Amino acid sequence: MASTDTDLAPILDTFERRPETLISLLQAVQGRLGYLPPEVLGTVARHARVPRSRVYGVASFYSQFRFNPVGRHRVAVCRGTACHVRGARLILEELERSLGIKEGQTTEDMEYSLETVACIGCCGLSPCISVGDEVSAKLTAKKVRKLFKNAQRSAHK
Amino acid sequence: MTANFEQIQHSAREEWERLTSGDTPVVLVGTATCGRSAGALDTLNTLREETAGHGLACRFVEVGCLGPCYAEPLVTVHKPGEATVCFQSVDKKGARKIAAYLAGEDLPTELAFATTGSERIPDIPDLMDAPMMKGQVRRVLRNCGVIDPGNMNHTLARGGYTGLRRALELGREDLLGELEQSGLRGRGGAGFPVWRKWKFCIEAPGDTKYIICNADEGDPGAFMNRSLLEGDPHAVLEGMLIAGLTIGAAEGFIYCRAEYPLALERLAVAIGQAEEAGFLGPDALGPGRPFRIRVKEGAGAFVCGEETALIASLEGRRGMPRPRPPFPAVSGLWGCPTVINNVETLASVGLIFQNGAAWYTEYGTEKSKGTKTFALVGNVQRPGLIEVPLGTTLRQMVFDIGGGVSGNGRFKAVQTGGPSGGCLPADKLDIPVDYESLQEAGTIMGSGGIVVMDERTCMVDFARYFLDFAVDESCGKCGPCRLGTWQLLRILEDITQGKGTAADLDLLEEVGRNVVRGSLCGLGTSAPNPVLTTLRYFRDEYVAHVVSRTCPALSCRDFIAYQIDEEACNGCTVCAQLCPVEGISGTRKTPHLINEAVCTKCGVCSDSCTFDAVLTVNAVDLES
Repeated sequence: MASTDTDLAPILDTFERRPETLISLLQAVQGRLGYLPPEVLGTVARHARVPRSRVYGVASFYSQFRFNPVGRHRVAVCRGTACHVRGARLILEELERSLGIKEGQTTEDMEYSLETVACIGCCGLSPCISVGDEVSAKLTAKKVRKLFKNAQRSAHK
Repeated sequence: MTANFEQIQHSAREEWERLTSGDTPVVLVGTATCGRSAGALDTLNTLREETAGHGLACRFVEVGCLGPCYAEPLVTVHKPGEATVCFQSVDKKGARKIAAYLAGEDLPTELAFATTGSERIPDIPDLMDAPMMKGQVRRVLRNCGVIDPGNMNHTLARGGYTGLRRALELGREDLLGELEQSGLRGRGGAGFPVWRKWKFCIEAPGDTKYIICNADEGDPGAFMNRSLLEGDPHAVLEGMLIAGLTIGAAEGFIYCRAEYPLALERLAVAIGQAEEAGFLGPDALGPGRPFRIRVKEGAGAFVCGEETALIASLEGRRGMPRPRPPFPAVSGLWGCPTVINNVETLASVGLIFQNGAAWYTEYGTEKSKGTKTFALVGNVQRPGLIEVPLGTTLRQMVFDIGGGVSGNGRFKAVQTGGPSGGCLPADKLDIPVDYESLQEAGTIMGSGGIVVMDERTCMVDFARYFLDFAVDESCGKCGPCRLGTWQLLRILEDITQGKGTAADLDLLEEVGRNVVRGSLCGLGTSAPNPVLTTLRYFRDEYVAHVVSRTCPALSCRDFIAYQIDEEACNGCTVCAQLCPVEGISGTRKTPHLINEAVCTKCGVCSDSCTFDAVLTVNAVDLES
């Protein structure tokens, strides 16, 4: 998937051409493409008037930015303290088995990506995960298995 | 601020009055992130459909979070002529019952959590007497779960922006004086007096000054700021306006985590409304005195909660801290004097000017004034968001408000202050929660996370968990933090995997102390706290791992084994079906057996058994 400058122009043009817009720019570009392909870093660098090295430096610093495409469903396991105490490890391992991938990987059919996040902020209902923008709470390994049987079925519809 | 404030406020109060005492039934549904994850949106939809099915016209209002997460989704119903009732754990079935109640059937008392108005119902407690609410003093959170955060009139009707109104008539000296009298200290962790920070900024040379709201709530296990931003965003804007007025800033930034999409959305709506009303904009602080607020989304870096790292991030750079001084109050954003305050701090500022410093200091201790919000989570009966006077003891929070340890667990430890804090044992439960007392005990107040642990949590593994976090989040700029936390983690991993030695305990202490001494910023200087406090209070658990090769909590996999209790197992086959390695054999209605040769000790069997038939034991006990 090659993205040209013209594809991104409408997005880039909503930002001022100044170095301090760099993070917002990268967020907008990733919001559009789902990740940051290498060739895009140069485009962003030219727009923000900074060296490419700085774009890479910033993009690699923050955990939000990805250099690889992700699946259509992003499954994020909360590894917050409350979730940890209430068995987040079991949930992550069950997800790894259910989806057949390890943390940080994407299924071959590009349906699911599995990641961990610092804290979703639903600590009162731990352990929890998010699938896209939706949060599932008070999970057990059993619930996870059920949840992902359903999700896989709907994905194949 | 607009000249016709009183008029705006008057019509806001009329709107609120109509809502709370009109002829139309009003249904408030808590749809903050926590409510949504418990299914609040489904509940709301069912309520809409069912009341429509009964031919009822109702007003539905989406409100923020009232706090008792364990009882979500919460629905508050005002039926004209009846007491206002808050219902708990309202699923679709509960929603149907509530709709039927509105249509004329009896009140579903089994769902009732509390009454929220002045009218009472026998056997249903008043809101502030309900479980988890009793013992709280809700000031900062007074609007959360009560008003529609997307409707500025609700805020205005309940006193919002009257603090700013009053502040606009005060001079700078009086503003600072009132703040000093209130004794307000930073709610983000360190507890620095707010008035002093502002004063430094006022005295710093420069015409351009900035106010930044730190909403980069990164502590895992904490969600106070998220709830406040989602439930009452205008409270934060009011605080920023007063700060801008006092220090002479015309621009403010809110740096908010990208992981909080709903908070970001509600902030954008609130800012739009405040601009439209003229509370923000070219004449916000008086004719020709502008004040604007912009929201910047964080990109996922815990270290950006540190002031200088946050500023670097706002400037579009890697979020790495720099040595202080100069402090941001002297040289901050783009080199200009900058005040950075936490979300709760700013919301408290508005309250102080609405009600006066004397009112604010009604609660608290000599050195820690006012109330503080806490996220009470972990192995606790009633997890959720609470607000209590400073000086309340940990025991009151965990046992009286939280209901004690969940399930059949026994209390072991409570952790405060997130990754920068420490773990305290049962004999420290009676210390009052204030900045100094916690520090003396080896931990910190932090932003307000309180994690309760029972005897199943291994304290060594808990320290390892936080060091894992610290290694991930260390920015790498200074050696002691980058290398020291890595070493601490490796040693802790060795101990939890059965490869530790007695000498490791001294080594942990030595490395930990040096990381504290040598690191550049707050992340590094506090990262060893979880290790140092667990070594201080739970040393016997470390010793068990390295000497007797056991994990007292039966948590570390390299020390344990699973066994099925033949007496208790009724052969339901659930564990056999869930076991990922097909390591459990047995037929229906006969006791099952775990094949230890293939068991990976993942714990799914023990987690899924509803008959407590899967026993966890220390492997060395099996051998002997």
